[in-house]
Amino acid sequence: MIAAIFEYEFLQNAFLTGMIIGVIAPLLGVYIVVRRLSLIADALSHVTLAGIAASLLLEKKLTGFIGVNPVYMGMAFSVTGSIFIEKLRSVYKHYQELAIPIILSGGTGLSVIFISLADGFNSDLFGYLFGSVSAVSREDLWLIIIISVIIIAIIVSLYKELFLLSFDEEHAQASGIPVKIVHFIFIVMVALVIASSMRIVGILLVSALMTLPVAASMRIAKGFKQTILLSVIFGEVSVLGGLFLAFYLDLAPGGTIVIIAVLILLVTILLKKVKTSRPAKV
Amino acid sequence: METRQEPVIKIEDVSFRYEKNNVLEQVNLTVNEGDFLAIVGPNGSGKSTLLKLILNLLKLQNGKITLFGEEMNQFKDRQKIGFVSQKANSFNTGFPATVFEVVASGLTKKLGLFKWMKKEDKRHVIDAIDAVGLREYEMSNVGELSGGQQQRVFIARALVSEPKLLILDEPTVGVDAQHVQSFYHMLEDLNKNRGITLLLVTHDIGTISDRVTHVACMNKTLHFHGKTEEFERLDKAEMSTFYGHDVHILSHDHHHHHHEGVRG
Repeated sequence: MIAAIFEYEFLQNAFLTGMIIGVIAPLLGVYIVVRRLSLIADALSHVTLAGIAASLLLEKKLTGFIGVNPVYMGMAFSVTGSIFIEKLRSVYKHYQELAIPIILSGGTGLSVIFISLADGFNSDLFGYLFGSVSAVSREDLWLIIIISVIIIAIIVSLYKELFLLSFDEEHAQASGIPVKIVHFIFIVMVALVIASSMRIVGILLVSALMTLPVAASMRIAKGFKQTILLSVIFGEVSVLGGLFLAFYLDLAPGGTIVIIAVLILLVTILLKKVKTSRPAKV
Repeated sequence: METRQEPVIKIEDVSFRYEKNNVLEQVNLTVNEGDFLAIVGPNGSGKSTLLKLILNLLKLQNGKITLFGEEMNQFKDRQKIGFVSQKANSFNTGFPATVFEVVASGLTKKLGLFKWMKKEDKRHVIDAIDAVGLREYEMSNVGELSGGQQQRVFIARALVSEPKLLILDEPTVGVDAQHVQSFYHMLEDLNKNRGITLLLVTHDIGTISDRVTHVACMNKTLHFHGKTEEFERLDKAEMSTFYGHDVHILSHDHHHHHHEGVRG
């Protein structure tokens, strides 16, 4: 396979994209999980699907849209969806989780409408749903590189603020941190990562890549930095291992990636069990 | 003594309502530098609301709050105020952060946007952890500590930015009884030896009265504010009527009954 990577551009694209996503999805995932916002990723991925479907529909109906990368429209929908979630969360102050099913079903509804308007799509859509090794173009790769650089730069520069916001929002506000702005930046980052990950993992499984490595890492990590580090390592192992298997066994990469992440999670749970069942020395 | 310093906190005619319920009515209170003030009062007496107003967690509706001589919305030096909330007792204990990381988060505002800690800042963090006696737990996850130890972590987080004023909202909730005294002892030490002005909300007057310098009794409005000695001379009957409202108000939780209750 190593030889194949050098030979085929599509494989290079897929692996490079995978390596990048393996870093940024779990990186943002850590914040999503500790802030108990895991389901937001799910809601936004369905909104992204609506964007993709809209773009594919337009491509079918309007000649001007031929060749336009559906990822852009997916991102636009995802970011808009994230803004709606925030709005809804402030409308339903006491039932903030309501925003998630509203956006999730809204996104799914729109997707279904667009898909039926287009009388169904070719296999493209399947690739968006479950991920694809062959679908990643050079253009996608560049887009993902740019987004990742921006996201990593933001996380590095707002590390303290994001940590405090996640750990203790009230304290963040009392100490005069612009909580709303930081949160907004955060949610837009999530939307962008979801839209850029879906080529590889697929819409339906994006949120898994953001949460499973984190869930595993939290079992064994000491402290926040270590949680981030282990999450990224687990994410990377899942993505690369998953792509490898997908390529050789001709499977949808989304599935193999997620199953590897689940296996890692199981191992960490078992490890912790073994550790704690031993008589502890104090 | 002519050139008295500006009071640390000056509250003038502050009222506050949640929807239709008056929570605070015409509160006036001054806290001077070096004071250790305990605000006591029954549940629902507006103590926490008053703190939230000072901390800018709630928007001021009526009246005026001056902090370190500057009016509330002009006041930018938020790091001068350390805050230990009641919520610290019920924070997400599964959160993967070490004691060091949590205490360091107290420097967020002081360091400013885009800045990372320097060596010197790290030393401050370790000093603060030392000051609350948790040095050996520096690298433990906060969730693994006892309630009392966790509360010390939050004190350390508040101390690390070297605040002039430390505000504590029922800090002993969730702290094991045998540690409450040593906890208060630590506060007394911060007040006496570090000169930090302390504002403490509690309903635990018994254990605290010999450590604080001033007491304020609150039930929507201020019933008493003065030195601890004066407070202790208060009539037992007076005290019980004050706490008597509590029972009354709690048993009739409709706002129109409140007025009757307060007149008492």
